[in-house]
Amino acid sequence: MTYILEQKQIEEIEQVLSKSLIDLGVHSVILIDMAGNIVVDQDSGNSDHDIYSLAALAAGNYGAMNAMANIVGEDEFSLLFHKGETANIHFSKILSDYLLVSIFGKEISLGFLRLKVAEAVAKIEKLLPTQSA
Amino acid sequence: MAFVNLKKKEVQAKIVYYGPGRGGKTTNLEFIYNRIRSQMQNEMVTIKTHGDRTLFFDFLPLNIGTIKGYSIRTQLYTVPGQVKYNATRRLVLRGVDGIVFVADSMAVRKEKNISSLKNLEENLAAYQKDLYKIPIVLQYNKRDLGKKGVPLLSIEEMERDLNSKLKAPSFGTSAMIGHNVVATLKKAIQMTMISLQRTLM
Repeated sequence: MTYILEQKQIEEIEQVLSKSLIDLGVHSVILIDMAGNIVVDQDSGNSDHDIYSLAALAAGNYGAMNAMANIVGEDEFSLLFHKGETANIHFSKILSDYLLVSIFGKEISLGFLRLKVAEAVAKIEKLLPTQSA
Repeated sequence: MAFVNLKKKEVQAKIVYYGPGRGGKTTNLEFIYNRIRSQMQNEMVTIKTHGDRTLFFDFLPLNIGTIKGYSIRTQLYTVPGQVKYNATRRLVLRGVDGIVFVADSMAVRKEKNISSLKNLEENLAAYQKDLYKIPIVLQYNKRDLGKKGVPLLSIEEMERDLNSKLKAPSFGTSAMIGHNVVATLKKAIQMTMISLQRTLM
């Protein structure tokens, strides 16, 4: 299964991520597919994470979380969030095949981030092709 | 599930090293990583148990240059080979574009090779993928152990066991010393790219 995104689609997604999340103070946002490929990435200019490794690990982590949810009788867990001393990571599924990974610091509350991520996800859903891996 | 980014002119594809436990999948990736680490910005990611066995996967992103103006980025993964880790093995296969099956040449591992290939077929089927259609290269690893007196399966016997129906390209290899490791990878990338090109046309 192969999918293609045109320059215009990518730029529209970049704009949504930049306006909704980076302008808010989120350090870095990566839109990935469930195979671990990076579709779009945006950052504040102050982050130098190894995003390819992050993408692979995030896709694996999400798959593992989903499998755990199924074992305890859930379809999925609605909140996937890791809290650190200075950096936090939030995951949000988009359609059935994509994952939005947001890395943010102490300046933003989790509640506010979730609200803004939900807004961004609603916009991005309309811009992405539907897949089945 | 390969992804073509027309803005960056980049193709991303996923190649998974599959096979029985302790067969040399991680050693393959480590050899490749050590060859190219000076040119890499990323480090190889490994998720291992305390006993140094792969728990979830190893990951190595590899930028292999450009084809027709598109930069090709292959993501190399290994799966955990141990039978009990099938749930995580299946997760790693999600969106796979090409496979290197690393079989163990030691005579005592004959059955483990066969059951691992069968397991691969079942796990691919869970993603509506067909073992006989996906780009796959077979590797008969640990050939160097023959010189140390370890009883090995002959290449012919391994071909009969694993490749009589598949008829995939195969290589006798020694991942520890790097023999044919790069040749296997090159073949897998080539087959994956040809297959992607077909689906895009």
